[in-house]
Amino acid sequence: MFSLLETIWRVFLHAFHKRVTIQYPDQKPYLAPRWRGRIILSRDPDGGERCVACYLCAIACPVDCIALQATEDDTGRRYPAFFRINFSRCIFCGYCEDACPTYAIQLTPDFEMGEYRRPNLVYEKEDLLINGPGKYPGYNFWRVAGVKIGGKDKGEAQNEGRPVDLHTLLP
Amino acid sequence: MATVYVDNRPYTMDDRQNLLYGCLSLKMNLPYFCWHPALGSVGACRQCAVKQYKDENDQGGKIVMACMTPAAEGTRISIEDPEAVAFRRAVIEGLMLNHPHDCPVCDEGGECHLQDMTVMTGHDYRRYRFEKRTFRNQYLGPLLNHEMNRCIQCYRCVRYYREYCGGGDLHAFSINHTVYFGRDKDGVLENEFAGNLAEVCPTGVFTDRTAKQHYTRKWDLQMAPSLCVHCGVGCGTTVAERYGSVRRIVNRYNSEVNGYFLCDRGRYGYEFADSERRIREARGNIELLKAARGGSAIGIGSPRASLESNFALRRLVGPERFYAGMAPREARLLALILEILRGPARTPSLREIEESDAVLMLGEDLTNSAPRMALSVRQSVRQKTLAGAERLRIPRWMDHAVREFAQSDHGPLFIASAGATRLDDIATRTFRGAPRDLARLGFAVAHVLDARAPAPHEIPDGASEIAGALKEAARPVVIAGATLGSSSILRAAANIAWARPGTGLAFVVPEANSMGLALMGAPALGAAMQADGDTLIVLENDLYRRAPAEEVDRFLARFRHIVALDSLGNATTQKAELVLPAATFAEGSGTFISSEGRAQRAFRVLAPPAPIQDSWRWLANWGGLDEGIAEIAAALPQLAAITRAAPGEEFRIAGQKIPREPHRYSGRTAMLAQISVHEPKPPADPDAPLSFSMEGSPDPPPAAVTPFFWTPGWNSYQAVNKFQEEIAGPLRGGVPGVRLFEPVEGAREFFAEIPQPFEPREGEWLVVPIPHIFGSEELSRESPAIAELAPPAYVAVNRAAADQFGPEAEMLGRRVPVRVASELPDGVAAIPAGIPPFEGLELPLRTPIRRAS
Amino acid sequence: MTSPYPFAAIFGVLIVALTIAAGLIWLERRLLALFQDRYGPNRAGPFGLLQVLADMIKIFLKEDWIPPFADRTVFVLAPAVIVVAVLLSFAVLPIAPGIIVSDLNIGLLWVLAMSSLGVYSIVLGGWASDNKYSLLGAMRASAQMLSYEVFMGLSLMGVVLLAGSFDLVHIVEAQRHLWFVIPQFLGFVLFLIAGLAETRRIPFDLPEAESELIAGFHSEYSGMKFGMFFVGEYLGVVLISSLITVLFFGGWLGPLLPPLLWFFIKMFAFICFFILVRASLPRPRFDQLMAWAWKIMLPLALANLMVTGAVVLAWGK
Repeated sequence: MFSLLETIWRVFLHAFHKRVTIQYPDQKPYLAPRWRGRIILSRDPDGGERCVACYLCAIACPVDCIALQATEDDTGRRYPAFFRINFSRCIFCGYCEDACPTYAIQLTPDFEMGEYRRPNLVYEKEDLLINGPGKYPGYNFWRVAGVKIGGKDKGEAQNEGRPVDLHTLLP
Repeated sequence: MATVYVDNRPYTMDDRQNLLYGCLSLKMNLPYFCWHPALGSVGACRQCAVKQYKDENDQGGKIVMACMTPAAEGTRISIEDPEAVAFRRAVIEGLMLNHPHDCPVCDEGGECHLQDMTVMTGHDYRRYRFEKRTFRNQYLGPLLNHEMNRCIQCYRCVRYYREYCGGGDLHAFSINHTVYFGRDKDGVLENEFAGNLAEVCPTGVFTDRTAKQHYTRKWDLQMAPSLCVHCGVGCGTTVAERYGSVRRIVNRYNSEVNGYFLCDRGRYGYEFADSERRIREARGNIELLKAARGGSAIGIGSPRASLESNFALRRLVGPERFYAGMAPREARLLALILEILRGPARTPSLREIEESDAVLMLGEDLTNSAPRMALSVRQSVRQKTLAGAERLRIPRWMDHAVREFAQSDHGPLFIASAGATRLDDIATRTFRGAPRDLARLGFAVAHVLDARAPAPHEIPDGASEIAGALKEAARPVVIAGATLGSSSILRAAANIAWARPGTGLAFVVPEANSMGLALMGAPALGAAMQADGDTLIVLENDLYRRAPAEEVDRFLARFRHIVALDSLGNATTQKAELVLPAATFAEGSGTFISSEGRAQRAFRVLAPPAPIQDSWRWLANWGGLDEGIAEIAAALPQLAAITRAAPGEEFRIAGQKIPREPHRYSGRTAMLAQISVHEPKPPADPDAPLSFSMEGSPDPPPAAVTPFFWTPGWNSYQAVNKFQEEIAGPLRGGVPGVRLFEPVEGAREFFAEIPQPFEPREGEWLVVPIPHIFGSEELSRESPAIAELAPPAYVAVNRAAADQFGPEAEMLGRRVPVRVASELPDGVAAIPAGIPPFEGLELPLRTPIRRAS
Repeated sequence: MTSPYPFAAIFGVLIVALTIAAGLIWLERRLLALFQDRYGPNRAGPFGLLQVLADMIKIFLKEDWIPPFADRTVFVLAPAVIVVAVLLSFAVLPIAPGIIVSDLNIGLLWVLAMSSLGVYSIVLGGWASDNKYSLLGAMRASAQMLSYEVFMGLSLMGVVLLAGSFDLVHIVEAQRHLWFVIPQFLGFVLFLIAGLAETRRIPFDLPEAESELIAGFHSEYSGMKFGMFFVGEYLGVVLISSLITVLFFGGWLGPLLPPLLWFFIKMFAFICFFILVRASLPRPRFDQLMAWAWKIMLPLALANLMVTGAVVLAWGK
C-alpha cells in the first residue's frame, strides 16, 4: 500500500527532472560510427569496388531486401552487375554487414531518408556506392584471395608462395 | 546383412559394403572426400576416420578409415569418440593449410563439399600462418573452369576422368605437396563426360564455366525436376533459374537411368533457352488456330515435343489428320523398334547395362548418339574383373585393389560400327563395315547362338567369338539403334536377343520423345506430304531437318496457311503465317518417353512471360497438365501408364505444394523492386505439385518431383545421400518414371530378311551419318558453349579415298572439307549428322563424290 | 435550483465537457511526458495544443472499418452508448450556483444509474466484434464494473447520510463548513479507487490490457467509433473528478475566487492525479482485482457506512 503511494510520489518528482528528449531536428543527436543507418557500398583503398558479389548479404537479409547479380570483368575480378536494396523493406538489422566478407557493405550513421514515394526507396548500385573505404580503411579482399585478377598475378597475394613450377625436378 | 555397433547402438548394414557406405546409408553424418558412391574407396583422404573396437570390453580401440573397413558382422565402431573427432578435425586442418581465401568469389561456395565437411568436423579457425602454395590454372575448354589453388588432392577428378570415363588427358602431375591436376598443356578436355568434374570435385577446382557467365548461388536458384531433351536416353536433370533465365543444369539422380552423371551435352546444352533466336512474341493472326478446328487442317507433331503437346495437336486436327513429323525412314525404324520391344527381350535400364557382363554394340557410336549410355557400357566391361576380384575376396568397393587386380583386363565388349567409336579403347574386338555388313554379322551371331535363326551364306569372322561371349555371360546386352538408318541392324539385334534368352536389348532413338511419338502410332512425314488440307500446323519441328529443302518447299507451298509453334526461330517458322512462341524445357511441363521405354515427367522451372506457353496450352484448352494426361491415357491405351510417371497436381505434403525454391532463397522483396515495390504474387502452377515459392513442407518429396537435393549440413550435391534408400540405390519414394515395356513370354519368329553384302561401286559412295555429341542435336547447338565445340560440315572417308580427294571434295553440289577416318570401309563416306548444310538428307544414301575442282 | 435557461445550460455543459475531454488528449500526453522526463507533443501549435486538432483530423479521416464477421447493428451502437450514458450523468452535476442542467433530488442515484449503463457499451462492443480477445475484454469489463459499482455506491452512502440528501446541490451546500473528505476520508479513498475502476484506466485497464488482449473489447474498432470509446473514457475521467469535487471537496465552494473557477481548479487537480496514477502504477492480475473488490473494499465500505450511521444516530439531532 505504502509502496504504491511511494511510487506515485517518486513518479511525481520526475516532473521536476531534467528532460532527456533531444529536440530533433532543431538539435542533432550524436550517432556512433557503428550506428545502423543507411547502407552503403564502399571501395577498397585502391579505389576498386569492394563488393565481390558473393550473395552473402542477400542470404543473411531477414527481409530479403537485397538483390544482386554477379559478373566478372575481363581479368576475372568479380563484381555486382547490379546491386539493389529495397529500403522500404530494410529493417536496418545490420546482418548484411556482419555477413560481408570484404567489408564492402556497411551501415552508416544516417537515417534521414524519408520519401513520399516508396519507389524512391529502391536504391541501385550507383546510389549505394561511395568513394571511400568507410569504416575499414586498410582492407582489400583481393590482396588476400587466391584468385588472379588484373594487376595481381597468382602468388602475389598476402602469404602466398610463388606459383609451383611443374617442370622442375627439384623437390 | 550384418549387425554393426556404432557408438554402442546396433545397426544393420550391408556386409558386402564398407562402414562409410553403411553409416551414410543410415543417414549418419560422417565426413569424406575421396570416396564417391560411383567410384568406390581408395582411402586417400583419411577423412572418414572412426574408432574401431575389438569387442565390447575394448576401451582403447584404434582409428580406422570407415571407407576401407568392411561392415563385418559384430564390428564395433565409434564416430563420436573424441580421438576420432580430433583426428578428423586435424585432417581437415591439414587439407585447409593451402586452401585460398576464395569462398566469396568461388562458384562452389554455398554448395561446397569441402565447406560442409569443414563445418561438420568443427575446424573453424586457421592456425597456419605461413606461405600458401599456389598454382597456375589451365584453360580446359568452354565448359569447365580450372582454379588449382583450391585443390585438396583427393584424386577424385583423375579417378573419375581416367578410370570411370576412360579419358586420357587429365593427369596428376608433380610430387609431394605440389601435386597438380590438369592437362599437359592448356586445351579442351577431350572426354565427353568431363563436365561432371564440376560435381565430382569436392571443392571449387573444377566449376561450371557456362554458369559463371550468369552466376547464382545454389540457395538463390529456383529449381525443378526436369529431363534432358537432347537425346533419347531421358536423363534426369535439375534445371535452375533466377531472374527469369536458366542459370545451369545439374544432375538429378535416378538410380535406374543416369545415376550420378550427365553427359556434357545434357549439362551444358541449356543456354539455347535464352538464345537470341528465341521466339518471344506471337506473329500473325491467332484466329488461324481456331479455324483449324474445322477439320481442314493437318498437324505435324514432333519427336522433341512432349507427349501432351503432340496429343493436343492430334486432338485439335483429329487423329486421322495428325502426322508424326519424323522422316519416313526414321518412322519405319521406330515402328520396328516398338514391334521388337513388344517381344520377349527386356529393354535394360542404364543401370542394367552398367551391370551387364557382355555387351555387343551393333552399328552405334554410343558416345555420340546416346552419350550417357556409353558411360554405362564403359562400366559394364569391369563386371568380369569385379567378379574375379570377388573370388579373391577383394570386395568390389575396394576400388584401387580391384583395379590392380584387373590391370588392363576388361570384360567382353564387341563393337560393330561403320567407323571408329569412342569406346574402341575398351572393346574386346571391333568390327567395321557398311550397315548391311554389320547386320549380316548380327544375323550370323544369332545363328550361332540358336541354329533356328536364319544365317547369311557365310558366317563372318568373329561371329562365333561374340556368340560365345554372349552365351557365357550372365547378363548380356545388345545395343543397336536408328542412327545408321538400317532396319536390318535392328532385326539382327532382335534375332540375337531372342536367340539367347535373357539378353537385354537396348535401342538408341534419336530424340527426347521419339519413342513417345512412335507410340502414338501416327503416320510419318512422307504420308503428310501426300495429305491435303487448307492449313498446316507444325509443332516444334523444323521440317527442313527432316526432308530435303526442295521437298519441304513444295510441301509448304501447297497450304494456304501455315502455323508453326516453336521455341527457336528456324527455316520452318520463317515460312509460317502464324508463329506461336512455345515453351522450352525450362518453361514447359510434359511427359517424355525414353529409349528404355520409361515415361518420365519434366516440370517447368519458371513461368515464362506471356505469350510464351506450353505448346499444348496453345493447342488444347486443358485446365492443367493432368487433364491432358488423363485424356491421353483414355484415348491411347498403350500410354495409359503415363499417369503414374509422377504425382499429379493435387499432390500435397502437409497441405502444401513442394517449393521450387530453397528455404534460404534471397532477394524476394528486391528482385523486382525496380519495376514495382509491391512484391507480385508468385505465379500459380496448375500443372505440377510444385510451387514457385520457398514456402512448403521440409519433408523430402517423392523422387519424381524432387526439385533439388539439400539437407541440413549437406549443401553440396552430395546431399543426395540423404534422399536415397541406401547409397547409390533408388531414391526414397521410388524410381522416377514408369516403364512401358516389359518382356512378353513366349518366343518370337526370327527375322529372316538378311541383306546382301555391301558392294562398293566405282565413283559412288554410300554416305552414312556420323552423330556428334556436340552439334548434331538441334537445340543444344544453339548454346554458345556447345556451338564452340561443334564441328563444321565435312565428309569423312578412309585414307585411300582421302588421298584421292585432297583437302576438299564436292558432293551434292557443295564443296566440303575432307577428313580422314581410317576405319571407314571402302566405298563408305560419312558426314556429320544434323549439321548444316546436310541437315535434311535422308541417310544413308548413295551419291557420287568428286575431288573439288 | 435548476437553471433558468435550460438550453443554454445543456449546450454549455455539453460543449465544456466535450472540450475538456478532447483537451485531455493533449493534457494526458503532456503530463505523462512530464512524469517521464520527456516533453510530449510540443510541435503542433503553441505548447503542442494543436495536437488535439491533428489527432481529431486523423481519427475522422481514418477508414471506418466494420469487420465482415461483426454484428453490425450492435457494433455501431456500442460506442454511442458509453458517450450518451456519461453525458447524461453530467445533467445533474452542479458546477456552480445556477449552473446545472437539472437539479434532481435523486441526483446521486441518477449518476450511479448512468455509470452502470456504461458497462453495456463495453460488453456489447466486445460481443459484437466476434473476436475472442474482444469477448475476453468485455467479460473482464462486466465483472470488474459490476464488482466495483457495488462498493462505489456504498462508499457514497456516508456522504448521503451526512448531507441527508441525494441532491448534489444539497450535498455541496452541506459542506459549507467542512468538506466531507475529512469525516468521510475512507469513503473518499474507496470512491477514488472505484472511480478509477469505473473509467477502466490504468491500473484498472484489464478490459483492454494491450499486453494480454491486444486492445480488449475495442480490438476491432477503428476510426471515429474507436474515438467514441476514447472520448467516453475521457468523459468518465472528467465525470469522476467532478464527482469527487462535488461529493468530498465542497464543489464550487471556496474563498476569494469565483465559484466556477474553484470547481475547475479542484476538478483538474483530480484529473492530473488520475494521470499521475496512470504514469505510476502497474496493472494487477485479474484475480487480485476481484479479490480486492469483494474481500477488502466491500467490507470497508460497509464498515464505513455502519460507523457513519452510528455517529449520525448518536449526534444526529
